[in-house]
Amino acid sequence: MSQDWTRATAYDIREAVKSGAVRAETVTQAYLDRIAAVENQVLAYNEVWNDHALAMARAVDAKIAQGEDVGPLAGVPIGLKDLICTTEGRTTCSSKILANYQSPFDATCVERLRAQGAVFLGKLNMDEFAMGSSTENSATHQTRNPFNLECVPGGSSGGSAASVSANECAFSLGSDTGGSIRQPAALSGCVGLKPTYGRVSRWGLVAFASSLDQIGPLTKDVRDQALALNAICGHDPRDSTSAPLEVPDFTACLEGGVEGLTIGVPKEYFTEGLGDEVRGKVEAALNVLRDSGAKTVEVSLPHTSYAVAVYYIICTAEASANLARFDGVRYGYRHPEAKDMREMYVLSKSEGFGPEVQRRIMLGTYALSSGYYDAYYLKAQKVRALIKRDFDRAYEQCDVIATPTTPTPAFKFGAKTDNPLEMYLNDIYTISLNLYGGPGISVPCGQSADGLPIGFQIMGKVFDEAAILRTAYTYEQRSGVKLAAPELAAS
Amino acid sequence: MSEITKADVEYVAGLAQLSLSDAAKEKLARELGDILTYIEQLNELDTEGIEPMMHAMPLTNVLREDKVEPCLPRELALKNAPNTDGEYFLVPKILGGSE
Repeated sequence: MSQDWTRATAYDIREAVKSGAVRAETVTQAYLDRIAAVENQVLAYNEVWNDHALAMARAVDAKIAQGEDVGPLAGVPIGLKDLICTTEGRTTCSSKILANYQSPFDATCVERLRAQGAVFLGKLNMDEFAMGSSTENSATHQTRNPFNLECVPGGSSGGSAASVSANECAFSLGSDTGGSIRQPAALSGCVGLKPTYGRVSRWGLVAFASSLDQIGPLTKDVRDQALALNAICGHDPRDSTSAPLEVPDFTACLEGGVEGLTIGVPKEYFTEGLGDEVRGKVEAALNVLRDSGAKTVEVSLPHTSYAVAVYYIICTAEASANLARFDGVRYGYRHPEAKDMREMYVLSKSEGFGPEVQRRIMLGTYALSSGYYDAYYLKAQKVRALIKRDFDRAYEQCDVIATPTTPTPAFKFGAKTDNPLEMYLNDIYTISLNLYGGPGISVPCGQSADGLPIGFQIMGKVFDEAAILRTAYTYEQRSGVKLAAPELAAS
Repeated sequence: MSEITKADVEYVAGLAQLSLSDAAKEKLARELGDILTYIEQLNELDTEGIEPMMHAMPLTNVLREDKVEPCLPRELALKNAPNTDGEYFLVPKILGGSE
């Protein structure tokens, strides 16, 4: 039997396509066939671009035939979270309000991926406007966890995570505001990385919380993370928050091991609420790194327990401002029966936004409203400064910080939908990092007794993606942890 | 313990330009009350003299060269509009009343 390219890494696909061992079209067709076979079980995509993907792949093949340079992602088929603007297809944010939106421009990361030879398979499902931790807030449909179809894939980048684990793309892009890449990567069993705030241009990323949002890759392994980051990182004059810094070649940062590296283990992340199975796997992961020559020290991030409260003020306040643009004037849903402007705003928003988005707009509007600004928004920003100070102090004692990604593995559909606060607390280990601004990666470190994936999180200093990649790569190589492939019946 | 009344919800919904059913108002009053009660734990912390952190990356005065760059062509800018006359966005009457 010939090679199953849907199981290959992006790196292996790139090597094979560039060397002429396989045509890009053959690889893309294999992914489209895989999607056709398993998508009815996983439901990761909002849109699949069969013709467009094959045309992009043939263009790569044509360039190779002409002897032209095809870029470091030549022929690698990828999926994009549906809040990243693309001129192809629609960009819906899994919201009714943008159900028919066709972006007139490509996001910067999309331009860069295109220039590097990547092939776009389509757009991936998510919680509406990236608000959620299970993808159950999508207005289109529920994406399922490939490891157990009765469980959520995590969120908000649930489609991005599930598609990678189900081999429906070689890698995907997601976005992470409070854990929305790392949490679904942990729950769905792939590698997810949130770059430092400012590393990746947010031009063309539909804004949720502008001081926290960051685009990042979800991949099958750590080396593919380096490959994907090389493509999307770098300064962009169109995003004034994008960092005017040189970007290292991340693929050259993987080797070298962890000898001499100091790993901080924050005691606040290993208290009650952490599930026994997750604790066991994360401790085993720390042992692998110790055996590989790293030193571990206990550190303290004393304001950890306040992070969720800070986050839900800041992100909802920023969201309430960002989402005010959906007024039915220039794009998006407009209620057909509005008789005047005010009615047009109110009816369009009330019908266009789902319940969680409305809840967050309400909370954010309240926190910014006259008389409450100081008590909520300003207070939250001051505590955010304390959380950042915690990280700065901890990094005086260590190079990276290692923790679980989530307290428990994936949960069943509906398990947390009745209680918004309980859903919010699922992000307790990922949120602080967004408030601080640094990079973090989640790598699979085993499976629960029920076969559900468990994630190990490694966080770094701002702009030190290199250290977390090297630590994660060393862990991946030394641990030998390979998740059993999810069993999906071909239809 | 934060008490959010139905009247509070109606006031904030007005600011946010949302119209809510009675059932939604009551549910939101309860949920927002719970969330705000949780958030009140921030008051345990003394933040006197702490500079608020507005952004993860302090960059100020990011300016570009004052030079004309290509911008979105009109037909693309209007492509997604619910209603246009080919040159402008069209909206219902601004000052009340029917069209």
